[in-house]
Parts: sequence; C-alpha cells; structure tokens
Amino acid sequence: MENLFKVSSSPHVRSNDSTQEIMMDVAIAMLPATVFGVYQFGMRALLVLIVTVAACVLSEYVYEKALHKPITIYDFSAVVTGMILGLNMPASIPIWMPVLGSIFAIIIVKQLYGGLGQNFMNPALAARCFLLISFAGPMSAFTLDGWSGATPLAAMRNGSTMDLAALFVGKIPGTIGEVSVIALLVGAAYMVYKKVITLRIPVTYIVTVAVFVFLFGGMDPYYTACQVCSGGLIFGAFFMATDYVTSPITPAGQIVFGILMGVITGVFRLWGASAEGVSYAIILSNLFVPLIERVTLPAAFGREGESGLSKLLGGKGAK
Amino acid sequence: MGLATFKGGVHPYEGKELSESKPVQTLLPKGDLVFPMSQHIGAPAVPLVKKGDTVLAGQKIAEAGGFVSSPVICSVSGKVKAIEPRRVASGAMVNSIIVENDGEYTMAEGIGADRDPSALSKQEIRDIVKEAGIVGLGGAGFPTHVKLTPKDESKIDYIIVNGAECEPYLTSDYRLMLEEPEKIVGGLKVILQLFDNAKGVIGIENNKPEAIKKMEELVKDEPRIEVCTLLTKYPQGGERSLIYAVTGRRLNSSLLPADVGVIVDNVDTVDAIYMAVCKSTPLMRRVVTVTGDAVAEPQNFHVKIGTNFQELVDAAGGFKTEPEKCLAGGPMMGMSLFTLDIPVTKTNSALTCFTKDAVAASRETPCIRCGKCVSVCPSHIVPVMMMDAALKNDCEKFEKLNGMECVECGSCSFICPAKRPLTQAFKEMRKTVAANRRKKA
Repeated sequence: MENLFKVSSSPHVRSNDSTQEIMMDVAIAMLPATVFGVYQFGMRALLVLIVTVAACVLSEYVYEKALHKPITIYDFSAVVTGMILGLNMPASIPIWMPVLGSIFAIIIVKQLYGGLGQNFMNPALAARCFLLISFAGPMSAFTLDGWSGATPLAAMRNGSTMDLAALFVGKIPGTIGEVSVIALLVGAAYMVYKKVITLRIPVTYIVTVAVFVFLFGGMDPYYTACQVCSGGLIFGAFFMATDYVTSPITPAGQIVFGILMGVITGVFRLWGASAEGVSYAIILSNLFVPLIERVTLPAAFGREGESGLSKLLGGKGAK
Repeated sequence: MGLATFKGGVHPYEGKELSESKPVQTLLPKGDLVFPMSQHIGAPAVPLVKKGDTVLAGQKIAEAGGFVSSPVICSVSGKVKAIEPRRVASGAMVNSIIVENDGEYTMAEGIGADRDPSALSKQEIRDIVKEAGIVGLGGAGFPTHVKLTPKDESKIDYIIVNGAECEPYLTSDYRLMLEEPEKIVGGLKVILQLFDNAKGVIGIENNKPEAIKKMEELVKDEPRIEVCTLLTKYPQGGERSLIYAVTGRRLNSSLLPADVGVIVDNVDTVDAIYMAVCKSTPLMRRVVTVTGDAVAEPQNFHVKIGTNFQELVDAAGGFKTEPEKCLAGGPMMGMSLFTLDIPVTKTNSALTCFTKDAVAASRETPCIRCGKCVSVCPSHIVPVMMMDAALKNDCEKFEKLNGMECVECGSCSFICPAKRPLTQAFKEMRKTVAANRRKKA
C-alpha cells in the first residue's frame, strides 16, 4: 500500500496558546507583588512562598503518581495555586501551616474533585479559608518593620483614618502579596495585555465594592478609596476571582459574578464579624457559578430577539 | 467606526505570502479527467453520455437531477472511458464520468461567443446559469440558479460578492480579483439585472489592498456597485459574518440569505456567471491555489475541472518535503486527503500540503474553562458547554444550547489552549441532530 497522508476533521491548525503558557503568564503577573512582598517582609516571606509552591507541586506529583494518573505538574497550575496561597499568608506564619494548606488545596480541593478544571472552589482560596478558620491567630498576625499591627481594614473599623498613598504603595501590614496596590496593578495589566483575563470580573467586583461601601459606609469618598485599596480586594479581584475554573464562562455571567462578590464583600466588611471579606466572598460566589451560567447563556447570533423579522433587521448599519 | 466586521473570530497565521504574488497559470491536464456527479448540494446529476461516446469541451455530459441540482460540463475533448464510482475529496465514492483527454480541447459549438446580457430576459439568464453548471465555487456548492431564484425577487436589496477570502493560505480569489476584475464586475452587473431593487457590494478583507484598489477603481462610475473593506479576521468570509458586516442583518441557521434580502456569491462564482452569460462559456475551469510548506513552488492555477490533484502538485514543482497532511481547501475548513488521486471539482479552491500535521502533534489536556472558545465563536454560542453535551451524546441539550447555530468554522478548536477537538465533536452532533429531525419530519 502506498504511503497515506494523515487525515482528521478540520480545522487543521492550532493556535500557540497552551494551558502551560497561560499559567506561566499568571505566575509572571504575580511577580511584582511577590517581589514587593519579599522586599517589605523580608526573606521569611520568600521562604513561605517557596514552601507553598514546592508543597503544591509535590502534592500534585505524589497524588498523581500514587494513583497512576498522568503527571500534570508541567502545566504550572500547581505553581500558580502555590503562589496564590503563599501570597495570601502573613510572612510570620509557622512553616508547617503553609505545607498543610498546600496539601489541602491540591489534594482535597483540586484532585479529589477530578483535577484541573473540575474543582468548584479556587483551591488556594479554599485552603486559605481552611487555615484562617483553623488557625485564626497565626493567620492574622501581621507585622511590619518589627511592629505587629492591625491591618488597615481592622484599623478603619476602629475608627482610624488611613494614609491612602501608603495603601497604594503598600507600606502597610498584611499578607505577603496583598499589600501593594501598584505592584498588583502592574501584574494585572500584564494579564490583560496578554489576554489572559478580561476586565469584566475584576472591574465589576471592585466597582461594586466601592459603590456599596460608599452608600452604606457614610458616603465618604476618601474612606471608600481606602477600602478599595486594602484588604486584598485588588489581589482577590484580579488574581483569584478571575480563576477560570471557578468563575462563570459567559460574559454576562462574569458581570453578575462580579456584582455578587462585591455585595457579599461589602456586607462582610461593614457588618461582618471580621473586617475582611474578600476570600469568603469569592469562594461563596464560586458556589453560585453553575447557576449564574445557566441564567446568563448568551443569545445565539441571529436569535437575539426571536420575536420576528423587525428585530432581526434592526442591527448595526442596516440601511 | 472601524472596518466592517463581526463579533468573535480568530487570527490564524495567514500564509498567503507563499502564493499571493504568483499570477494564475493555465494548467492543461495530461491524464484522464474525472467528473463526479455530485459536485454540489442537492440531487446528483444524471449522466447524458455512455462509455465510448466522443465528447467535446463545453459539452453537457450530465443533466441536473432536480431543481436543486446542477449539470456537469466536460472540460476537455475526448472519449468517455467509463462511468464508475470514484473517490472524491470528502473520502466518499461518487459515481463519476471518466473522460480520456485527446489533448485537442475541441470546443462544442457556440462556446465562447460574445453575448449581450441586456438583450436577455431574467429567465434566460437564470437558464444560462443553470445550464452552465454553476454552483457556489467558494466551497458550499449550492446551485447558483437556485440562489438567483428567490421567492420574491423584489425583496432582494443586496448582492454581496464575497472576496473576503478569510481562509488562510488561499489566494485564488485574490488573484482573480487582481487579474480579472472586469469579469467580476461584469458578472455582478448580470446579477443586478435580475434584481431591480438591489445594490451590489464587493466585500474584501483589508489584507488585500491591491484588490481593493483595483475594484474601487473599476466601480467608481457604477452607481449600483460599491466596494466594502472588511477587517481581516477569520471567518469574515463566512456567509453570516459577511452579511452582518456589510448589512448589519443577522442570519440564523433557519434562515437563508434571501430571507433577509441578501444574495451572496463568491468572486469565482460571479466570474463564472460572467463567462456563462457574456461569453457563452459554461463552467469548465476554476482557480486553484496549490500551496503549503511541502510544495516546492506554490502557485495559482486555472485548472480544468476533473484534473487529478497529483497533476497540480507536479505542476507546482512537486514536493520539496514529503507532506504529512494534504488538504482540499485551506487549514481551517479544508478536507484532509489520504491520497492525491482525487479530481478537482467545482468547489475545490485549493490544495494545501503541510510537512507537519499540527493536529497529530497536539495533545489534548483538560479544559480549564478559560472561555476563549466563547469569545471567538462567531455564532455567539458556548462551545465548552456544547462539548459537555457532545461527550454525553445529549442531543437535546446540544440543541438547547443552540448547537445547530454552529457554522463549523473551527475557531473554537483553533483557539483552545487545551487542544480539545471541539468543532470535530460538533460536526458529529450536528449530523446526528439533523438526521433525527429528518426522521421526525
């Protein structure tokens, strides 16, 4: 028989995008915040990050090896989970806690539900909330320049006013990655530029929080701005709420998702037991994703109205 | 406002530089010619000749098998060698007339005579188009005379000539627009003669500035014709995307272009209409791009319909590297061929040969729900959800998700970072759903 050519169904070309590349872009986008965190909180912060990344990757490898599954650590998703988890912790945390958190994130939240793409909660966030509930003390012991202090949100709740410029730059106590708004925005801009994320989720989320806090927090623009720039809102909005797996895939659903998170965050921050609310708001909203998607299915092209020819002909540029 | 376009779409590597500067050369076939009876949508044609008959170039050798069907015209002179099933680009065996080429190209009587279209009635024009065997040469193969016979011709207000050529690597339409623009405009004028209320629009993507310039120059004194510059984006030349870009009208799967007052024809089709009506020449040849990184000298050819694909490769200098994949058409919507022993039919606009098969090289990984498929889909549906339904063979859910609105353009499969075979699964589902619908009806 003569040599036959390969056959397959069209299309016969593929874009250069890959899961690995996307995950690497997310990791790169977190670098400015990482560098700032290490600069501000010292080598201890770097240690925490190395531990979370290593523990996440190792958990994934061991689990998949043990269960004879294909090894997926090269897709970099475990690296991203490790980075997000590490950036969500105070630098002073006892090292076994990030290890425990990493194992929880990868094995319980991600792998037990079927691995990449199947988890219904953001693994890093779920692990953070798990640690926050289990070890509230060490998880919220924030120090800066040797002084332990309250986070800006807690301080604001107690009536202090904050220095907005310090918040923006990040000269405040907090978790390793959440403090510097400017570093986070640089990373976010990179993700938008590389088309890893769109602005739909983060902008709706942040705007909703701002409006909510402004309306119910005393109509104070300065206070509102401080609220927006603190408590991990920027970090959460750009790096955690935009997690593909646990956010709606429909454009309209992403808007709804952003508003939902914004309202929940606002409620938690103004009237909740703790002054923080971003993490809980996001994982709570994760649970609504299937429902949101179901009610926000886009109208197919040419079936927008379904009500008749008049609507059909009413499109752009019809003469 | 920017250039006319649609929402969604992708930007695959264009690859047009391989052949865009190559003038169209006439390729005369050496071997036998094979004329499949199904080169169009609709009923197969019925042979009018039998084995041993002598045939002439331009002679009708098969009659339309119904209204939605099209005759087949012999492209050479010679002798009918056999009438038997032969393999076509889709992989199917189709009853075909095989003609031994005598190399004389003796024309049937009256072929090539000048004809003044203004002296013809509308019905005469439609009959000429039908008898010339003209179908949608862009790839769909819908019989053109049927398109030109809508229920209410007064409602047609746009005749769109599709010169978008959004499919990567293809340059046949581009060369035609550069080299025979008068014929395209002439063909469009013939169509406009059928539709008193219509204006003609020639849609061309902005990656073909030369063609746009040439066409604009030619139609500047034509009150009923204009050129519309389209944004370069795949699938800009898809019927629904093109109609939307030019008119703003939205077409869904249950509507025909004529239902929204539009008729769309490919530039090659319009050229064929001109040849049939004004030059008494039925459809015997078409422009074919032979390209891809495996081809020694990528070219554009005027090919006699029925010519073997292998002859096209030989004429383009053969393969410089052994190809892994050969396509009838371009990389986004072309059909892969396991052999080149296949005839050029009316709808084959290209032969694209790649040394590496990107599909075989890619490995499927889990969906990360990045939503890229949703943002590129020109039908504004949700491929990732349709895939869930497809994997479960859930036709009902697939239909609910508007899966039948899929135009199989391949944008979702192209963009997917997890390299999932989305379009491929949808094609299967759409076939199943369509078959079920027919069963019910």
